Amino acid sequence: MSLDWMAWTLPTALFFLIILLMICGMLVWELVSPTVERKGFLGFPTTRGTRFFIGLLGTGYIHLAWLGLTDLSLWMALPISAVWIFVAMRWG
Amino acid sequence: MEKWENNKAWFLVLPVFLIVAFSAIIPLMTVVNYSVQDIFGPGNAVFVGTEWFEEVLRDTRLHDALGRQFLFSGLVLLIEIPLGILVALAMPKRGWGVSASLITLALPLLIPWNVIGTIWIIFTRPDIGLFGVAVNGLDLLSVPFDHTARPIYAWITLMAMEVWHWTPLVALLCYAGLRAIPEAYYQAAKIDGASALAVFRYIQLPKMRGVLTIAVLLRFMDSFLIYAEPFALTGGGPGNTTTFLSIYLVKIAVGQFDLGPAAAFSLIYFLIVLLLSFIFYQVLLNVGKGEKR
Amino acid sequence: MKNRKRYIALAVYFVLLMLPIYWMLTMSLRTNADILSSFSYYPKNLTFTNYIKIFTDRAWYSGYINSLIYVTMNTVISLSFALPAAYAFSRFKFLGDGQMFFWLLTNRMAPAAVFLLPYFQLYSTVGLIDTHIAVALAHCLFNVPLAVWILEGFMSGIPREIDETAFIDGYSFPRFFITLFIPLIRAGVGVTAFFCFMFSWVELLFARTLTVTNAKPIVATMTRTISATGLDWGLMAAAGTLTIVPGALVIWFVRNHMAKGFALGRV
Repeated sequence: MSLDWMAWTLPTALFFLIILLMICGMLVWELVSPTVERKGFLGFPTTRGTRFFIGLLGTGYIHLAWLGLTDLSLWMALPISAVWIFVAMRWG
Repeated sequence: MEKWENNKAWFLVLPVFLIVAFSAIIPLMTVVNYSVQDIFGPGNAVFVGTEWFEEVLRDTRLHDALGRQFLFSGLVLLIEIPLGILVALAMPKRGWGVSASLITLALPLLIPWNVIGTIWIIFTRPDIGLFGVAVNGLDLLSVPFDHTARPIYAWITLMAMEVWHWTPLVALLCYAGLRAIPEAYYQAAKIDGASALAVFRYIQLPKMRGVLTIAVLLRFMDSFLIYAEPFALTGGGPGNTTTFLSIYLVKIAVGQFDLGPAAAFSLIYFLIVLLLSFIFYQVLLNVGKGEKR
Repeated sequence: MKNRKRYIALAVYFVLLMLPIYWMLTMSLRTNADILSSFSYYPKNLTFTNYIKIFTDRAWYSGYINSLIYVTMNTVISLSFALPAAYAFSRFKFLGDGQMFFWLLTNRMAPAAVFLLPYFQLYSTVGLIDTHIAVALAHCLFNVPLAVWILEGFMSGIPREIDETAFIDGYSFPRFFITLFIPLIRAGVGVTAFFCFMFSWVELLFARTLTVTNAKPIVATMTRTISATGLDWGLMAAAGTLTIVPGALVIWFVRNHMAKGFALGRV
């Protein structure tokens, strides 16, 4: 059984590897200090995992908006997303 | 009731995780891979970065399909929810009528989706269909009714079909919600001399909040993913006037075999659905909490 | 007096609901030539030729058999995988349970069209194209999460003291689960089986993509007939009418529990 049909490329492999590592990181963090549910600026109770998901989902939308609305390099969306993830995790 | 804390529960969930991962994660990874390449054949692909995403995001046909999709889903909610509530209120509460109504209502839900399309073709055709012949017999329209002829007729037929097909689901949900109201509430209202409208406004509607939320969200999500019924009925036409997101996506992926753009389109579609189902899940969780309080 | 008005309105709605189905039924009892030559509200020359054709032509009747095979397989697989998982979600708190539950739900909501693209390749690689199990597995994508969701609701309604008592009495987990717990929620299992059956039965996109000839389901046979040969309305109507029969039978069996399943809102 070959994996040819999946058409792997280095960038996408790195992308999934980073996501996987982030999930593992979240898991370890959870084991070290369990999360407490709280209500932030998002208006509904969230745990750390939920905020992380919101951060990633927002990142996806930020990148799409960047691609669709501007002609600038996509790399510039990355720091914006990083800030967004931090904001969502810290105050979400 | 606190749940038992035990991570061994993972062993019970593992089989489900594996079977769904096989059907969901592997294909999704593949879609991501396709979306950044120009694929000519097996083992013959060129990395193109985000080109397909840019192309798809600026595709006006996609914007149109997305707009149509929201219009369609909005209309579906606007018609089906009130109609479903009315049907549920009119349904008998005891006796043989309950089973009869439930079975009648459930019947449209169990017909394969493309057969629904077939039923409505047969029903609305201007030459052999009861609906088509009846409407044209009235002779009110300047252009004879034919769902393949004009966009407005195609939309009317499509909406009629959708309302016919799914209002029963809303009605069944609301009926279940109504049945959960204790008889004592009605008796108290009767003693107070409350009107039927007041009973509905202050007793039935608040008590149906939970099931109504679920009905709204389910109908929105499912109408957002609609494929087989319009595919069978109109095939997306006339022109592209009833081409919704799923129909357009299948057209690109299977019809034109443009794997790259189709994959990029899939991911954008998936992100929209992911956001919607996240909202769905949060609302559901909080509705549950509201009832327990 | 007021009630009578209400029931008349309801009766009108039910008549409207049945009208398209009635129309398909009358069409199925007429020949194509008859349908196209004259318009009538009921079949004047009753004929069963359309049904006879379906029951004697392998290309037609095998479609129903194939559909029933993969729908049954899917229902069995979905239930047997979902039962333990639903128990875990209803009884235990574990690492990432909320995220896991949400992820399962997203698959119920995901557009089938998105997964269509790689499915054909995936199942070709595994060598499962045009088999019943391929369609059954593909339908697990939305039916397993659905089954977990419905069953979790039913299981949460069973007090936990029952589990505790059984374990104190020395029941092992598998024995408790199979002999005590599942009988307690058999209504829930019935409702879940009904919904798994229903969603697998009505689905078109996966069933059409993953099959060629050997496992071709009736829904695919019908769409291909529309496009391929000219239209034989009588035959189409007969085939359509027959697709309603299994569903109607299943409704009859679960009619008493159906409202409860809907009450949980887990469809």
